[in-house]
Amino acid sequence: MHSGKVTNEIVVKKELAPSIKLMVVYNPLVARKFKPGQFVIVRVCEEGERIPLTIADADDESITIVFQEVGKTTKMLGQLNVGDRILNLLGPLGRPTHIENYGHVCCIGGGVGVAALYPVAKALKEAGNRVTSIIGARTKDLIIFEDEMRRVSDELYITTDDGSKGEKGFVTDVLKRLLEKNIFDRVFAVGPAIMMKVVSDVTKTKNVKTIVSLNPIMIDGTGMCGGCRVIVGGEPKFACVDGPDFEGHLVDFNHLLSRLKMYEKQEKEVMQAA
Amino acid sequence: MSTRVIKKNRVPMPKQEPSVRIRNFDEVALGYTPEQAMEEASRCLQCKDAKCIEGCPVGVDIPTFIKYIKEGNFLDAVKKIKEKNSLPAICGRVCPQENQCEKLCVMGRRWEPIAIGRLERFAADYERQSGSRFVVASSGEKGRVACVGSGPASLTCAADLALMGYDVTIFESLHVPGGVLMYGIPEFRLPKKVVQDEVEYVKSLGVKIVTDVIVGKTVTIDELFKEGYQAVFIGSGAGLPKFLGIPGESLNGVYSANEFLIRVNLMKAYLFPKYHTPIYVGKRVAVIGGGNVAMDAARVALRLGAEEVYVVYRRGEAEMPARREEVENAKEEGVKFVFYSNPIRVLGEGWVKGLECLRMELGEPDETGRRRPIPIPNSNFILECDSVVVAIGQSPNPLIPMTTEGLKIGEHGNIIVDSEGRTSRKGVFAGGDITSGEATVIAAMGAGKRAAKAIDQYIQLGVGW
Repeated sequence: MHSGKVTNEIVVKKELAPSIKLMVVYNPLVARKFKPGQFVIVRVCEEGERIPLTIADADDESITIVFQEVGKTTKMLGQLNVGDRILNLLGPLGRPTHIENYGHVCCIGGGVGVAALYPVAKALKEAGNRVTSIIGARTKDLIIFEDEMRRVSDELYITTDDGSKGEKGFVTDVLKRLLEKNIFDRVFAVGPAIMMKVVSDVTKTKNVKTIVSLNPIMIDGTGMCGGCRVIVGGEPKFACVDGPDFEGHLVDFNHLLSRLKMYEKQEKEVMQAA
Repeated sequence: MSTRVIKKNRVPMPKQEPSVRIRNFDEVALGYTPEQAMEEASRCLQCKDAKCIEGCPVGVDIPTFIKYIKEGNFLDAVKKIKEKNSLPAICGRVCPQENQCEKLCVMGRRWEPIAIGRLERFAADYERQSGSRFVVASSGEKGRVACVGSGPASLTCAADLALMGYDVTIFESLHVPGGVLMYGIPEFRLPKKVVQDEVEYVKSLGVKIVTDVIVGKTVTIDELFKEGYQAVFIGSGAGLPKFLGIPGESLNGVYSANEFLIRVNLMKAYLFPKYHTPIYVGKRVAVIGGGNVAMDAARVALRLGAEEVYVVYRRGEAEMPARREEVENAKEEGVKFVFYSNPIRVLGEGWVKGLECLRMELGEPDETGRRRPIPIPNSNFILECDSVVVAIGQSPNPLIPMTTEGLKIGEHGNIIVDSEGRTSRKGVFAGGDITSGEATVIAAMGAGKRAAKAIDQYIQLGVGW
């Protein structure tokens, strides 16, 4: 500990948007191993759940995580400050995104997923791809990582549902338009399950291979529980060890959407509990 | 001349009443009092050629520790056990003694065998509660060894190596040490406090335990060697749950036994919402399988408030691999058994509504010696349920084999080892479920013990490869 920092110490904290926070966390072991597309499992208190968070960036000694405060654990995490320690952090988990020079790629990110998309887009750019990116959110305040994405993209499109920034509409509206020109060799999408579903539906019509990063409920993150199983090509797969990246055209998104709602009631209950 | 009075029956184990215990997660078996333990110990014939020792995978000197209990020297009894077994409070609770030491007990030929497991548990609990634990910490001078995983195989291997004078570090991927003892076996059968106390004992021998590090991802075995570890023991367990591969198995409300038990045991979902991890069982639960894990899951489901819990098994009661004692406990608590039934489909839309099964009959014995179940045509029936737990076994986690070159792997994904735990790669040893597929806690401990000896020979003498 030459730097005087302790493992899992928060060294930077920023609010990127209302309820979206960025933290740089000191953990050299995880940071040195990280490859784009991988995630960590965190737990913030003795009573806490284990939840997966995608890594947005890393240097030699720290990783960057970006999360939206939507549940008990992310809310508690958001209350931690610089100098505090995240109780448990395990990683890097999952298979890294497969990076090579495909030619012209389209990187699509929605909401907080843009942060997880960023290292993938960056690696694709470094591998020699022409990178066209489309990022979107509900409204302009929720657009994050715009500058980062701009740096690693040849073109960047922004959409908001309410038209407060960029084009009014969804990322898929831009995608549809760009697909008309048949320019993409591959598409990468990270964001809410419903966005990845629609992206996959759209690219399927043009038969452009699409890689999505799935976000089911997980516990251990190491293949032990099978709670994160998703159906890909009719076969059950464990997102934590077989993924999180899968071919979007083969994913049963309705199944994923249904499983994400499995504990909706309990999630509300635990938020209300003291 | 005095004639010896033979007490034919063992002293019964005090237990929580079924009607009470199905409403709590407290331990079912309460343990012997000192008087009960001494009385049971007095039944032991103190055979010179003690067969019971041959039945113990770690070779505990059973007659001697029982003699100490009979004499009231309880701390000497524990010391004797710990010469061979560093986790006696755990083994006394979860070992299948009826198939091991107790099976070979001479008393058992005509009457009930000595309750060796209960006596072991008594001695270990007595020491723990007395607070006078006997410990000599390792000098650490003999060399550095890394153990992967912190379940029974690694804990035993690490403890034995520490006792020999090694500097041992255990790497665990979860946030607490103990492996299957923490995430798999329920509180009411093996209290987590007991596990953590025995983990503390292993630490007090000088063993270091690092949690939140997954070997194969956070660090690799090659990197451990580069950091100066002279040998690595892999005890990473059988982590990957098996599913049946039937339609509907990924509906909401279908759990692998691993997920179900991890939520409850490791994450304490039974204390939701104080603990934040949820679980949902509904009113009727179907547990598929006939092993100890199925019994654990069924009994957990009852305690979570299920009104009816069914164990669905494709063979009959006699063929169930679960321990007799656990089956009896489950029956007493009201678990219902649906034998000769094979699930073919999980029904429901979004959520589970039922389980469609086929009736089975038994045909010729298969390769395991058990009669092979054969479906009876058109015998389909539907078991209505709100959740399903699939408890049909696990396979080894492929993470370490995938990230370690030179490890020979068997067809089921298990790491291949010789009888002393040596893998195909120099300096790398393995034991427990990662090598054998699912077995028992004590079998894993035996493997950890043999590997510790082989590791000592390898580091001191350079032999083994």
